Amino acid sequence: MLLSGLCQGFIWAILSLGVYISYRMLDFADLSCEGTITTGASVAAMLIWRGCNPFLAALLAFIAGCLAGTITGLLHTKLKIPPILAGILTMISLYSINIHIMNLATGKEGTSNLSLLNYKDQTVYAAIDRLLGIGKTNASLLLGLVIAAAVIALLYWFFGTEIGCAIRATGTNEKMCRAQGINTDVTKIIGLAASNGFIALSGALLSQYQSYTDVGMGVGSIVIGLASIIIGETLFARAKHFAVRLLGIVVGAVLYRIVVAFVIFSGMPSTDLKLMTAVVVAVALSLPILKNRLALNAKKKNAKKAG
Amino acid sequence: METNIMLSLDRISKTFNPGTINEKVALNGLDLRIEKGDFITVIGGNGAGKSTMMNAVTGVFPVDEGTITLDGEDITGLSEYKRAKYFGRVFQDPMTGTAPNMEIEENLALAYRRTKSHGLRWGISEKERVRYKEALARLDLGLENRMHAKVGLLSGGQRQALTLLMATLERPKMLLLDEHTAALDPKTADKVLRLTHEIVREDSLTTLMVTHNMKNAIEYGNRLIMMHEGQIILDIRGEDKKKLTVEALLAQFSRASGSEFANDRALLS
Ligand SMILES: Nc1ncnc2c1ncn2[C@@H]1O[C@H](COP(=O)(O)OP(=O)(O)OP(=O)(O)O)[C@@H](O)[C@H]1O
Ligand SMILES: [Mg+2]
Repeated sequence: MLLSGLCQGFIWAILSLGVYISYRMLDFADLSCEGTITTGASVAAMLIWRGCNPFLAALLAFIAGCLAGTITGLLHTKLKIPPILAGILTMISLYSINIHIMNLATGKEGTSNLSLLNYKDQTVYAAIDRLLGIGKTNASLLLGLVIAAAVIALLYWFFGTEIGCAIRATGTNEKMCRAQGINTDVTKIIGLAASNGFIALSGALLSQYQSYTDVGMGVGSIVIGLASIIIGETLFARAKHFAVRLLGIVVGAVLYRIVVAFVIFSGMPSTDLKLMTAVVVAVALSLPILKNRLALNAKKKNAKKAG
Repeated sequence: METNIMLSLDRISKTFNPGTINEKVALNGLDLRIEKGDFITVIGGNGAGKSTMMNAVTGVFPVDEGTITLDGEDITGLSEYKRAKYFGRVFQDPMTGTAPNMEIEENLALAYRRTKSHGLRWGISEKERVRYKEALARLDLGLENRMHAKVGLLSGGQRQALTLLMATLERPKMLLLDEHTAALDPKTADKVLRLTHEIVREDSLTTLMVTHNMKNAIEYGNRLIMMHEGQIILDIRGEDKKKLTVEALLAQFSRASGSEFANDRALLS
């Protein structure tokens, strides 16, 4: 149970890092996430059905996610649609598109899920197991760890480059960016493309890990991403180094998964999970305000005592 | 064609919310020629169109009519970020000019790249750091020892000084200052103004400075323009400007505009 929590944690960590790019770097609450994770899963599963190498399938899923992010970016920057709505439009369109992608695997209309049970030895996990002979679980752990580390390294490098700095600046002060010669339309589109690329990659890994893809699997994924970010940021609140903060998000995602595993084990119906996550995120997001209120009340009380 | 003109505004018009009850003619066939090396101060009542003129020049929005020519190049249709390489800007709100979540040196590195394209090279080099340190030392605020501090931690005056440095780090064709000391306390405002003056003189920058402080407008620069209802109604330069007093300026304003000078932030003494 702990191990499966760990394995899934690494997969969801990649999604969380993707959400981190849009939510924290660009200050853009991007709901496309809910569609792109399924797109990543569908593309990977469909390609595996069609006999594609699973690593290549994951890469193509990443690219599909980048495309979806680009669409959200174009809707927002070129057509001036507000962030939330731009994300919702992409998410809704992806629902139909994901079914079309899955249709490509079965050759039937209206395929709303794809099982990989008959393709169990054609996943990235099986490939690693074959290569190293360490068993499926260890292979899952190892691969999750390596990919999470690689994504952290990649993000650390990218956000240190000139373009990366420009993207970060776009999220904190758009007006200043334009005054400094930065095309903020382009920086937003690149950021959203990268964000959704990683979210789709996480979907591709998830579809192979659980051997199952469903058109509704993305519902609530943005909240899970946010929950992981918040847990990570709370635990690593003092971290100054960017790489450590990214590591914090991975830790947050893993912890979240382990908690979920325990909660389900203790008998809570898994369908209540999304409600629980939403409540946790709502409380976490309102913590700063609650703290202020409490401090204010304490002051008032003290003032009353004094007066 | 080599001329002595840096910026030329020809019959610039801008109307906000046209065709609605909120319709507002902010610039009304404005003409202005700025010579290379000019340091022009701009004054005018509330809503006279001073900020709108600055924003039209820097391309924050397209103008409805007229042409904007910078150093011989027609830039009327150029987008804001493309024009940025020509202009150094400091805004009224100290929050506007910097990225608060980023370090001092990261902000400077962004400004250093204003005139360049952004690639996958590392965002800041060791060589630049040395240069930034020297430039910060020139501000005399001790910021050269806090290169890794987040800009959000700086005071308003420190931020404006930093923004000024960012605007002039790579020599712009023009420096545009829109009430950049208005949000500061008098002492800090004075310090930032003196710094401005120093930088403008040392780099002989062509400068347009909006101010609500009449005394400053008279004291600084070689030319003074006054705006009213989207037009320039007074243009005083050279010896005439040196002899100017606040009283004379107010009298001239009433004559030219047929109304009293009204700016709720104006400092007349
Ligand atoms: N983006 C905008 N949308 C609508 N109206 C605007 C906009 N910007 C300016 N205006 C209007 O245009 C007119 C000129 O405004 P502007 O900001 O240029 O005045 P100003 O001379 O800078 O005044 P102040 O001294 O108050 O800064 C004002 O009536 C203002 O309300
Ligand atoms: Mg103004």
